Amino acid sequence: MEKKWFTISVYAENNVGLLNRISGIFLKRHINIESLNVSKSEIEHVSKFTIVVNTTEDWTRKIVGQIEKQVEVIKAFYHTDDETIYQESALFKIDSALLFDERQIQNIIKESNSQIVTVSRDFFVLAKTGRRHEIDEMHNALEPYGILQFVRSGRIAVTKEAMPITEILENAIK
Amino acid sequence: METLKAQQKKKTAKTAMKITGAEAIIHCLLAEGVDLIYGYPGGAIMPVYDELYKFQDKLTHILTRHEQGATHAAQGYARVSGKVGVAMATSGPGATNLVTGLADAQIDSTPMVCITGQVPRHLLGSDAFQETDIVGISTPVTKWNYQITKASEIPEIIAKAFYIAKSGRPGPVLIDITKNAQFDELAFTYEKCTGVRSYTPFPKPEMSAIKAAAELINQAKRPYIVWGQGIILGEAEEELKALIEKTGIPAAWTIMGESAIPTSHPLNVGMVGMHGNYGPNVLTNECDLLLAIGMRFDDRVTGSLDTYAKQAKVVHFEIDPAEIDKNVKADVAVLGDAKETLQLLLPLVNTNSHEAWHNEFKAKDKIEFDTVIKNDIHPQKDGLTMGEVIEEINIASKNKAVIVTDVGQHQMIACRYAKFEQTKSNITSGGLGTMGFALPAAIGAKMGAMDREVVAIIGDGGYQMTIQELGVIFQHQVPVKIVVLNNDHLGMVRQWQELFFERRYASTVMVNPDFVKIAEGYHIEANRVSERKDLKQAVQKMIASDKPYFLEVKVEKEDNVFPMIPSGASVSDILLK
Repeated sequence: MEKKWFTISVYAENNVGLLNRISGIFLKRHINIESLNVSKSEIEHVSKFTIVVNTTEDWTRKIVGQIEKQVEVIKAFYHTDDETIYQESALFKIDSALLFDERQIQNIIKESNSQIVTVSRDFFVLAKTGRRHEIDEMHNALEPYGILQFVRSGRIAVTKEAMPITEILENAIK
Repeated sequence: METLKAQQKKKTAKTAMKITGAEAIIHCLLAEGVDLIYGYPGGAIMPVYDELYKFQDKLTHILTRHEQGATHAAQGYARVSGKVGVAMATSGPGATNLVTGLADAQIDSTPMVCITGQVPRHLLGSDAFQETDIVGISTPVTKWNYQITKASEIPEIIAKAFYIAKSGRPGPVLIDITKNAQFDELAFTYEKCTGVRSYTPFPKPEMSAIKAAAELINQAKRPYIVWGQGIILGEAEEELKALIEKTGIPAAWTIMGESAIPTSHPLNVGMVGMHGNYGPNVLTNECDLLLAIGMRFDDRVTGSLDTYAKQAKVVHFEIDPAEIDKNVKADVAVLGDAKETLQLLLPLVNTNSHEAWHNEFKAKDKIEFDTVIKNDIHPQKDGLTMGEVIEEINIASKNKAVIVTDVGQHQMIACRYAKFEQTKSNITSGGLGTMGFALPAAIGAKMGAMDREVVAIIGDGGYQMTIQELGVIFQHQVPVKIVVLNNDHLGMVRQWQELFFERRYASTVMVNPDFVKIAEGYHIEANRVSERKDLKQAVQKMIASDKPYFLEVKVEKEDNVFPMIPSGASVSDILLK
């Protein structure tokens, strides 16, 4: 079976140790987590883990089964890229002198649809949100001029289909 | 300092009607119906032990000689009684010594709650004396775990621990309690846990799946059942019996499911797996419908998955959705508790007898008897076989004993030849294959079923991994019968070396001590048999004793267990010799 990108979304109780429990499921199967993001979800006191893996659908399905089995996990899903709306964010810290010395930098900023977060005498910071390849393109464009610092976030994603978490929780309470 | 604080707290307790966390832990255990725990004290759990001292008339604590022994004893207790076993240890090495038992309970779905002490909250993460991250360490081998750092959390978390350990597919839970939470006070009230919103113990059965299963059963010409421990854990023995008796379907078991249906039942066709019976393995690949009930298609059961039951439709009755299609793709998955799903299934299936199909099992049984079983049970050679010892135990105990086995050749032989009339009677380390399991597990099994004969059958290797638990047997006069089948080798590894490593016996020869003298050192009556003429009487004397008893049987040094499916081979290619 061919390897693909899958986004695993996990709705879970916000408890210490759960991240360890979930990451251990990947470790046990020797599967690398390509990206991980933990945040609050649309439901109060419920966390959402967004995990990206590059593996076969069969493995992804089994992993999701194991994740969902954990006591504090309410529901886990997996989706292909086509089934989700997803983004990543990146920050680029660049020497301010380049803004004046290298005309091309301004074009890169315009063409990449990035935002200038801050400008100081010494450096400025660009923020870019988008698909991974868009961020990669911007990174490639800026790299020849020198990037002082670069960081990219984990993927965040929402699904096109509905996620009936509230119903699951209401049924559980009944 | 902490003691001072505790004394101060105690003074206020009277006026505030509060109790300490340590006392609350005892009240929680009592409220959960616990009357027996296994454990080992130490610094970070001392406040709880102090309360155990005060409550010793209500709650018995058995001091095992190693924390691993405490977990296996709790497992043995849980497996015979169906109740939650409880083990307790201190922080650091006490806690890490629980890990093997937790892993064993996790893979064999045994309900167990382990309570560990932990350094005070303000020292967490400081590499304090006997501090270890047991929550981190135990995460992959527990169904759930939690660290309590505030006394007020104790009642709710312990209630949750017992609920999670026992409900759905059971498993071990570890609760780590910092010392400050044991000393501090709380206003104690206890409410049993009846649900956790993020956790569904088992899915509700779907009638459509049950109907689809019934349809396949009614159409099948060569249907075959393989059941596992799910029948025992779900207490669905009567339902399974009713199903096979109505449908006439031959039914085999995994070692974890053994004893759910009496050995003598005509529809019980025997054991599947690497050292299982010939017919049940070979005919797995000749049935047209495989009904897997409460089993998880372990690799020791299936052999090569590429050639496992490919010709058959597969119906998987299972409580844990994560098991569906994990190893073997199910054509129909019936999710739910086996007792419930089998009850729903029974009225929908037709009466049948499948006589010709049964005859195929009988024909295979004859082949296995003539080439393997006859020589195992009634050997012609001089040396004693493990099989004949098991047979003598069957005879002396009238098939009524709880048989507790360790891991290795003796385990496979015991599972193959022990006869059972009653469920929850075969206690063994199935999934993890934990050497050292049997002796402590037998202590727990006996204490969980005092009215039953409990016989531990152990190899000379595994016996020496937890031999110190003889101290418990002596101190508490636990009347278990211990049989060591001594071949002076790590027999199963030696067998593999013989078959697959050209007889290079790397580190499998054991130079053993005088086991009889060791038992006698613990004031346990002991005997040794090395000749066939003495065997029957020795076994009968052991069973007749109402005290702890040790019997060493010197068996043939280089016997092999057959039949055998070589690792990675197909169930069809099982070797008879």
